[in-house]
Amino acid sequence: MSFLELTDVQKRFGDTTAVEGFNLAAEKGEFVSFLGPSGCGKTTTLRMIAGFEQPTSGTIRINDEDVTYRSPNKRNVGMVFQSYALFPNMTVADNIGFGLKVRKRPKDQIKKRVAELLEIVNLPDKGARYPYQLSGGQQQRVALARALAFEPQVLLLDEPLSALDAKIRVALRHEIRSIQRQLGITTVYVTHDQEEALSLSDRVVVMSEGRMEQVGTPFEIYNFPSTAFVASFVGTLNVLPGVVVDASRGELTIAGQPVRLGHAFEGSAGREIRVALRPEMVQLGPGENGTNRLTGKVGDVSFLGSIVRIRLALGESGPTVVLDVFNEPTLRLPQLGDTATVRFPQDGPLVLDPKAPVESVEALIAEA
Amino acid sequence: MKLSRIFSWVIFILGVLYFLLPLYATLEFSLRTKVPFVAYTNVLFKDPQFAGSLIYSAIVGVITILVSLLIIVPTAYWVRLRLPRLRPVVEFVTLLPFVIPPVILAFGLLRAYAGPPLPLTGTDFGLNILVVAAYVVLSFPYMYRAVDSGLQAINVRTLTEAAQSMGAGWTRILISVIFPNIRVALLSGAFLTLAIVIGEYTIASFLVRPAFGPYLALLGRDKAFEPAAVTIISFGLTWMAMGMIALLGRGSRQRVQVAGAR
Repeated sequence: MSFLELTDVQKRFGDTTAVEGFNLAAEKGEFVSFLGPSGCGKTTTLRMIAGFEQPTSGTIRINDEDVTYRSPNKRNVGMVFQSYALFPNMTVADNIGFGLKVRKRPKDQIKKRVAELLEIVNLPDKGARYPYQLSGGQQQRVALARALAFEPQVLLLDEPLSALDAKIRVALRHEIRSIQRQLGITTVYVTHDQEEALSLSDRVVVMSEGRMEQVGTPFEIYNFPSTAFVASFVGTLNVLPGVVVDASRGELTIAGQPVRLGHAFEGSAGREIRVALRPEMVQLGPGENGTNRLTGKVGDVSFLGSIVRIRLALGESGPTVVLDVFNEPTLRLPQLGDTATVRFPQDGPLVLDPKAPVESVEALIAEA
Repeated sequence: MKLSRIFSWVIFILGVLYFLLPLYATLEFSLRTKVPFVAYTNVLFKDPQFAGSLIYSAIVGVITILVSLLIIVPTAYWVRLRLPRLRPVVEFVTLLPFVIPPVILAFGLLRAYAGPPLPLTGTDFGLNILVVAAYVVLSFPYMYRAVDSGLQAINVRTLTEAAQSMGAGWTRILISVIFPNIRVALLSGAFLTLAIVIGEYTIASFLVRPAFGPYLALLGRDKAFEPAAVTIISFGLTWMAMGMIALLGRGSRQRVQVAGAR
């Protein structure tokens, strides 16, 4: 039996469906992230677990108890908000002890537990401060301590790091993960930052327009995206239009140039399909025989520090392939307008499930 | 000194004069008696009605504030939290006292409560209830605005949800989280209400209450220097009340805001 179970959860606001067909079974101690662009329903789902919203249909079970219609204050679920939401009128210690005070624990016990948590979140001497005397990162640590103090069954984090600076964000991210591991608490983390989701989670749920696109480990999500949306939302990705030549032998053409996949796929000859190709799979130069090659004109060379990103246009109005080259001092970069050939292995490209609409994928690529 | 700085000072001085000159004139006039300060001693020590009416109005004021807070805070809170669409409606309702003259309110009350089912106009106690009820209505525009702007300054929804997720029920959320965080706004609303109640004339006189407003009017009709003295005294009391608000609001990061924002 899973610890946190969402079954067929649906949420409608009037005529719009915010979440539909949401199914998830998380084990005790698991760290699950909901990843997706804004408006994809990830926060609504989290709020349904917390009890701030009620599902239109479906059930939510925590530790084998149906909590679907239980009020939020009876669920024993800790929550961390993007805006910290510390009580401005209380000291850090009172904030952390609030949940225990509500539960009418004896004073000395509260004091002990507060000290323990201040230690865990690395703020041992800040108990007497008020929230406004702390930095954003410190405030969010207090919020985390507060959400953990009363030993909730599930910890929910709603984009907890998006209001913080890049450096603090990365540091706090690791801290959240290590505290979560240390306490073994089942955690649901909502984010629109794929790096955050991939680096933190045991499992990632990628969401789009209220639907679950894919559920899997970060490794699976990144390397084997099952839909065009996942492929384009996670990482930078080339989505290239192709035409099937012989699907059973893995043959197709991209911009008129033959490409061969290492495996068979579905589709009759002449059918238009889309193929995903990660920039890191593509290398500059023709390479040995047997690998796939594409030739085109260099459209753009951008220096990004440790890597150089090159855009290659396949034909006049054809698709563009983006590839990354590691930066070395001896590197000879192609010039703008040069004709160049790139190569990628046979198992590099992925034929995409046509579930997600083409426009949204292309809009996302344009943004990237 | 820069020209703009001189200009600022000129505006400032003009403003100060605008407020202080009438006050000075009143003070000067109140001291024109043959024996200086006799108008003050007359009012303070020889006229039992002064203290009596002031205390009566202060008590009515405090009760009005309590009742008004009990009605307005949960309403404004709930509207912000769950019924934001109703906000314009609630705002309009709270503004009604500005539109409906107190005379109408007083007559309405007298007509409605003169007979069954709730005959309140027959006894002093009944009339006191009516006067408090009427003042609660009069306080709505000030109280609602003060409380609402206080709620706006804090993130009501997230604070509520944070408290809920930690197991708190509605009463605890209101008492431990909402009230303390809008303390200064509550004080502002309370002070405005007190000021209105203490100076109110129409309703008190129609309901025949021994309040400060009717007393002032009576004094103005019968005496020459005493009304000026009473004005200065009540001005002093007002400043004391403001000082108390500033004192109680100290340590809070919220600005002391006498009038509701916007």
